[in-house]
Amino acid sequence: MIDGLYKWIDNRLNISGGTRKLVNKIFPDHWSFMLGEIALYSFVILLATGVFLTLYFEPSQQQVVYHGSYLPLVGQKMSEAFQSTINLSFAVRCGLLMRQMHHWAANIFVGSIVVHMCRVFFTGGFRRPRELNWIIGVNLMIFAIFNGFLGYSLPDDLVSGTGIRISFSILESLPGGSYIATWLFGGQFPGTLLIDRFFIIHVLILPAAIAGLLAAHLGLLVKQKHTAFAGNGATEKNVVGAPMWPTFLAKTNGFLFLVAGVTALLAATVQINPIWQYGPYVPYKVSYAVQPDWYMGWLDGALRIMPSWEIVLPGHMIPNVFFPGILLPGITFTVLMFWPIIEARFRHDTLEHHILEEPRNNPWRTALGASVLAFYFVLFGASADDVLANYLSVSLNTVLVAFRYLVVLVPVIVYPVTYKICLELQHQPRASKTKRHNIVLRSADGGYSTVESAARPGDALPSFPPLPLDNLIIVGDGAGDGTNGADGAASNGSDTKRGIFRIPRSYR
Amino acid sequence: MPDSTDHDGHAEPSGHGAAGAHEPPKMVEASLDSPQFQVAAANPERVERGIAVMFVLGVVGFAGFGAAFWQNWSNVWLGVTLAVGFFGLGIGMVAWGKYLMPRGPFSESRHTNEPTDEEREVFLQDLSSRGKIALGRRSYLLKILSVAGGIFGIVAIFPLLRSLGPLPGSLFYNTSWKKGSYLVSPEGRYVHIDDLDKGGVLTVFPENDVGGPLSQTILIRPETSGYVVTAPGRETWGPEGYLAFSKVCTHAGCPVALYQKALDELLCPCHQSIFEVGPGRPATPVFGPAPRPLPQLPLYVDSKGYLRAQNRYDEPVGPGFWERGNL
Ligand code: HEM
Ligand code: FES
Repeated sequence: MIDGLYKWIDNRLNISGGTRKLVNKIFPDHWSFMLGEIALYSFVILLATGVFLTLYFEPSQQQVVYHGSYLPLVGQKMSEAFQSTINLSFAVRCGLLMRQMHHWAANIFVGSIVVHMCRVFFTGGFRRPRELNWIIGVNLMIFAIFNGFLGYSLPDDLVSGTGIRISFSILESLPGGSYIATWLFGGQFPGTLLIDRFFIIHVLILPAAIAGLLAAHLGLLVKQKHTAFAGNGATEKNVVGAPMWPTFLAKTNGFLFLVAGVTALLAATVQINPIWQYGPYVPYKVSYAVQPDWYMGWLDGALRIMPSWEIVLPGHMIPNVFFPGILLPGITFTVLMFWPIIEARFRHDTLEHHILEEPRNNPWRTALGASVLAFYFVLFGASADDVLANYLSVSLNTVLVAFRYLVVLVPVIVYPVTYKICLELQHQPRASKTKRHNIVLRSADGGYSTVESAARPGDALPSFPPLPLDNLIIVGDGAGDGTNGADGAASNGSDTKRGIFRIPRSYR
Repeated sequence: MPDSTDHDGHAEPSGHGAAGAHEPPKMVEASLDSPQFQVAAANPERVERGIAVMFVLGVVGFAGFGAAFWQNWSNVWLGVTLAVGFFGLGIGMVAWGKYLMPRGPFSESRHTNEPTDEEREVFLQDLSSRGKIALGRRSYLLKILSVAGGIFGIVAIFPLLRSLGPLPGSLFYNTSWKKGSYLVSPEGRYVHIDDLDKGGVLTVFPENDVGGPLSQTILIRPETSGYVVTAPGRETWGPEGYLAFSKVCTHAGCPVALYQKALDELLCPCHQSIFEVGPGRPATPVFGPAPRPLPQLPLYVDSKGYLRAQNRYDEPVGPGFWERGNL
């Protein structure tokens, strides 16, 4: 039956001929290659939970009086958007779980994208021929951040409403800003259309764009093949690892469930965005805990520590928020996007690279990256300046001035320190490599030196040269399942029986 | 050379791997159970049992989720059961792939992503020669076509952009305050001269725009009587100890909601801008990112003792915008 169906389809689409390559596709194994997978799977979770939310969420700013099951809000005026989000949280079965999973997944999504990008940056994974995929990746990050902000705004609560007000002001500061802002919002702030518009961008336009870019991102990955770290027989001319079917598929699908598990656990136990505590948005009220989601924190910090400049030209003005709100992210994302091209120019590097660099072996880039990251971390810290002032019992003034200095000083210090650490680390054996014992020797004249001990019996486990899977047909061995394999490995030495698993060291 | 140890452990892949790419592909049979393919678990039965336990845990978790949903248990129960289900499947599948499936190392050859010069030439030849014959001969058609396309592009912008909203016009310059507007509280109560004590504060609106986001104004009473003069030219703007300022922060538009009467300061909670208010203090920003003073609303007290606006704001309220001339 299945055979027949397969043949029927195969005879029309020629699956057997064209797909073997895909089934045999090799995936190199390194923990840091999972970061992108986390991003992919949290997007899957966002789609699934988001669809659930759309069934109950009402994107409308129509004002209503609440008469629902959450007593502290009964009798209050609020928008239908806020009311429906409250209902999602208290009246819809499983609604709160879906909301909190959605919000947690959004944080994990953006977070894993950022960490994934750092991995690619520090290992030089963006170098030729992968510049285009880096550019696609940066755009994915921008879209993810935007969509997170829009989603955060949808419930129309007091905290997010304040955020929208600030973003309206940032739009106003653009050249042509008063036009852009009124067009996007359909009038002066807040108008009556913004939730509706944010909604359709949030649930359709940007997710579709993200899905398209993701497809391109993965398509390029398949076409250009994965990079790898040196070792295990990997060269510039091959890819070494485990095959797509069944090994990689089993692991990666398992990983989808693990990401979903973490998200569900967080949503069950760690409250996020309790809008019923903030209350509905009222333009003349403001919440004192104005904190955006973490990925907007650096912008908030920049808004705070920006000196109170404003440039007045005849008939025009460059408003204060233009510098931290437009210029800073503009420069950030532009430089980020074109970094592969900038670096290649700078280093006259026109070659293809498939073996990744260890960050320490390129101290220049590593130090620069660390320094830039430090800059954004300080900005992020500055977004909590009021909290810090309170906590440290110093005046807000002190904290603000301190941050204005730190934002320059910390990156300047981080650069040489990182550079030096890289140079030091270059003398160490590879971190990911199974270490042998070090023997410290003292010479006759009092100097010390370190050498690696000789391999001991347990160290000398078999290591195999990589085999081209293309020419292999893998068959079972009589008994058929995994049991015999154990004997095969165990025969390499009796002390391999320790522990539950015995993975030859070279595989780790 | 720090990396030299890497290569020690590995016989150079001779005949296989990279070099193997040149051999004619000859199919070889290999056993799944050879240690080359099978990550050798010292005790595969135990691994297998562990995976089975995880999958059963998954079943239990999802069943528990079903029960929690059916019984309408709390969010914690729903989430934890769901998580247990996911973790069970996830850990089991990852372990299966990691310990009991062919793992290699296998290799796949990698080719440069560049075409050869020949390939490129032939392809470009195809494009350009056909293009020249088919298109170049009748190039005026192409020109008309591109004009049409261009016009379509421009026309398409109108509904896409212009329908979205009004032109800003005077939206950014005017609020609903007019000459003689009554000051009204958020509840719609007209503000009387006796309403605030010294140090009191109230958000007010013009009577025709209660709750208006742009008209919101903060009314404070630093003195109990007499005119409070914040700046020359504003001698009559603060009658009976009352002062009114736009509540829309000149930084990014948040409501300037905090009045610290001991310091005669208004504070915006969004980015902590501080404005000095009171006699001789026309809401000048003294701290934080706000670049301009809050506009002041000139007040008067009418014959019945109600507070009213002498006039509208004499400058745009709120944050700066690109098209804003300096008044
Ligand atoms: C692409 C990545 C996405 C991100 C980063 C994201 C992020 C967010 C965030 C942070 C919220 C606020 C949740 C809260 O109330 O605390 C939200 C709300 C919402 N999202 Fe998404 N989302 C994404 C995709 C989607 C998709 C694809 C859909 C639907 C198909 C969707 C539907 C919704 C709805 C209806 C709400 C409002 C209901 C609510 O706030 O609970 N989202 N989103
Ligand atoms: S909006 Fe008031 S300080 Fe930023």
